[in-house]
Amino acid sequence: MSYEPERYELMAGPAYNFSFGRRGFFKALGGGIVVVSFLAKSEAQESGGGRGRFGHPLPQQIAAWLHIDAKGAVIVYTGKVEVGQNSRTSLTQAAAEELGAPAGAIELVMGDTARTPFDMGTFGSMTTPQMVPQIRRAAAAAREILGPGAWETLDFANADKKLASGVTTSGHPKPTSEWKVLGTSVPKVHGRQIVTGAHRYASDMKRPGMLYGRVLRPERFDAQLVSADTSAAQAMPDVTVVHDGDFTGVAAPTPHAAQLALAAIKPQWTSPETQWSSKTLFTELKRNVEAGREPDAGFIEKGLAEAARKHESTYTIAYIAHAPLEPRAAVAEWNGDKLTVWTGTQRPFGVQSELAQAFHIPESNVRVMMPDTGAAYGGKHTGEAAIEAARLAKAAGKPVKIVWTREEEFTWAYFRPAGVIEVRSGVTDGRIVAWEFHNYNSGASGLNTMYDIPHKREEFHPTKYPLRQGSYRGLAATANHFARESHMDELAALSQIEPLEFRLRNLKDERFRAVLQAAAERFGWGKRKAGAGIGYGIAGGFEKGSYVATCAELHCESGQAPRIVRVVEAFECGAILNPDMLKNQVEGAVVQGLGGALFEAIEFENGRILDARFSKYRVPRFRDVPKIEVVLIDRKDLAPAGAGETPIMTLAPAVANAIYSVTGERIRSMPLSRRAPAGSTVSGAPAI
Amino acid sequence: MARTIDLVVNGTRHTVAADPNRTLLSVLRDELDLTGSKYGCGEGQCGACTVMIDGVAARSCQTGAAAVAGRRITTIEGLEQHGRLHPLQEAFLEIGAMQCGYCTPGMIVSGAALLAKNSNPSEEEIVSALEGNLCRCGTYPRILAAVRLAASKMKRSAA
Repeated sequence: MSYEPERYELMAGPAYNFSFGRRGFFKALGGGIVVVSFLAKSEAQESGGGRGRFGHPLPQQIAAWLHIDAKGAVIVYTGKVEVGQNSRTSLTQAAAEELGAPAGAIELVMGDTARTPFDMGTFGSMTTPQMVPQIRRAAAAAREILGPGAWETLDFANADKKLASGVTTSGHPKPTSEWKVLGTSVPKVHGRQIVTGAHRYASDMKRPGMLYGRVLRPERFDAQLVSADTSAAQAMPDVTVVHDGDFTGVAAPTPHAAQLALAAIKPQWTSPETQWSSKTLFTELKRNVEAGREPDAGFIEKGLAEAARKHESTYTIAYIAHAPLEPRAAVAEWNGDKLTVWTGTQRPFGVQSELAQAFHIPESNVRVMMPDTGAAYGGKHTGEAAIEAARLAKAAGKPVKIVWTREEEFTWAYFRPAGVIEVRSGVTDGRIVAWEFHNYNSGASGLNTMYDIPHKREEFHPTKYPLRQGSYRGLAATANHFARESHMDELAALSQIEPLEFRLRNLKDERFRAVLQAAAERFGWGKRKAGAGIGYGIAGGFEKGSYVATCAELHCESGQAPRIVRVVEAFECGAILNPDMLKNQVEGAVVQGLGGALFEAIEFENGRILDARFSKYRVPRFRDVPKIEVVLIDRKDLAPAGAGETPIMTLAPAVANAIYSVTGERIRSMPLSRRAPAGSTVSGAPAI
Repeated sequence: MARTIDLVVNGTRHTVAADPNRTLLSVLRDELDLTGSKYGCGEGQCGACTVMIDGVAARSCQTGAAAVAGRRITTIEGLEQHGRLHPLQEAFLEIGAMQCGYCTPGMIVSGAALLAKNSNPSEEEIVSALEGNLCRCGTYPRILAAVRLAASKMKRSAA
């Protein structure tokens, strides 16, 4: 199965272009170093996305996917990786189910380019719809070859030989009605290693003789290095200094020595004068549109002209950071011209390719391994730390570890794109008759409405943009649902129809109706009227094969930021693989979504991030967490869809709608608890 | 000859170089290879590096190694006793109070320090003790439930 990556499933080329001591590169630039411009065209992010292996069929030999030893121990191989979404557990369940083996007999090798089949990466909620069936087919085919009977009674003496010629396509996975392991709450595989601190994340790796690396960062995003005096750093004992192309870094026997060596480098930078800032961001995005509106031929205008009432609003969405608790980290080790790297990435094969390009070696010389990682949320598609560690290791002749500081992670990773969304609509007798929706920069995911509307026009418009931007859990679906579901409430108010009733009147999709009704029922929607500082809001949506609806109760005390006190979220993603882990994902998405909804925003000015620390960039903490109730709808008749992303989409609009219900104030900018800074609203935007 | 200090970690005495600039977190992770304590922010804002010093939760990224010479340091690796997990470690597994798990050691050490001095903490006392620990995956409700479960387990085993 091939899968077209979305624009913001970041597929950048390698972060550096090394010259390996070819001094000509420096001389040609007069000693200057070119730092990648972050005002580059959006296409720049997608370069290298192909790399020749997209669309390649998955291997059909059972042996590529699983190995069974003479004692019945099973190893399953997958290029997918574990970043907290618990795919290690769900894929173990898939194999156990079809093999009829205990889950404890199965060990997964994940994201190791030398051992697992090629995989584009872990993103887009694709593990469940693509990898789970693949592992099930392979395991079912293996079981058909091994023969019937209880697992313990099977003859494993020549299991591997028997499976050697088998193909996955012969496998017949069990129907959902016969599931015994899938569909149950199997606990997290390797949970014990986590609670004892024994699990080694990439940042915990240690190799014999290993050095610690640090990298010189530009003083501003598009600063150019004029000169760098590295003599003091080079004079330090056991310190390796590398100055190659646009890369300057050090490696030393301890992290502290590396820090001292980095601080001893005296760089001179020049920075251009004109810079974007978060204060003028939305005006600038609209001023820098790269692809304007398509000609419409009057279709939408006709719909609007026929509408009894017309409405128009503009919404804005700030840049936010993923801030995974484990920052980017990598350990690199050379053996001749062969390179081994352990790193936390959602795309081990992509990083393998980046490394091969950066070091001008064949991909077959590069092995990338991905230990289960301290989260990603769409923020770890790239291999910066891997390339930096490998460059330093090459020079030092020893393994090198790089762990980005929190400030580096906040500054030099990439962000969820900011955006401006303009909506025009028309409504007649409680039915939406025209819907025009334009998203500038934030992305196309979740762009299309599921409501039943005769005249529609929905477009995504790329713009120039000021910060490095890429994928984030749910991509633009959160922004697009924020705008759409806020606007739905505005139309309900215009039509003087209760918000849930207004949605249902305009909605045929049965699965969508079902999640809205399930959330409303559990919440007690409509039983109490908003007022006296208490508000209620509802929002729903569909993306990546799954449906979600959220009801929120919030308390607004005058002069204080609104506080979410209760959230009910209904979620349906087909047949449920692991109910407790699904519940965990939905709860986590609500909590993470709460940050972007209420207070997260990257502030920047003059090429610098102004809130690049946890003491400045506020993320959800224990006290922010409301009472969360999750309603799971198990559709055993439908194929399972992924669940890591969609549950994050509808908290923000539900909260915006709840604020409106109690204050009568419509806030059209995310985050909601921060008034948009002066000058940030685009022309025509309503005052907020 | 460089001066050295003695650190008592999980009941074992280690002699390490006395460098006034080294944090306890760096000594634990990079020298003693006790990597259960994590780097998350370097400014005491996330709690991933939490250890106990004489039974009290402390941010090892904000603690100079030299300042805690001779004190009793307990890391996540020291909670399991004779092959038996601490009741809070068991509770985290029972509740499934984790996703990526990177915050988990710091959460457990913070929670264990609370339970050691307060066997029956109120919801507010649990939140107060853990407010400085970040979980970006958002498993906070489960972590609170795990601390409550551990408290009840400890009460039962004490009775």
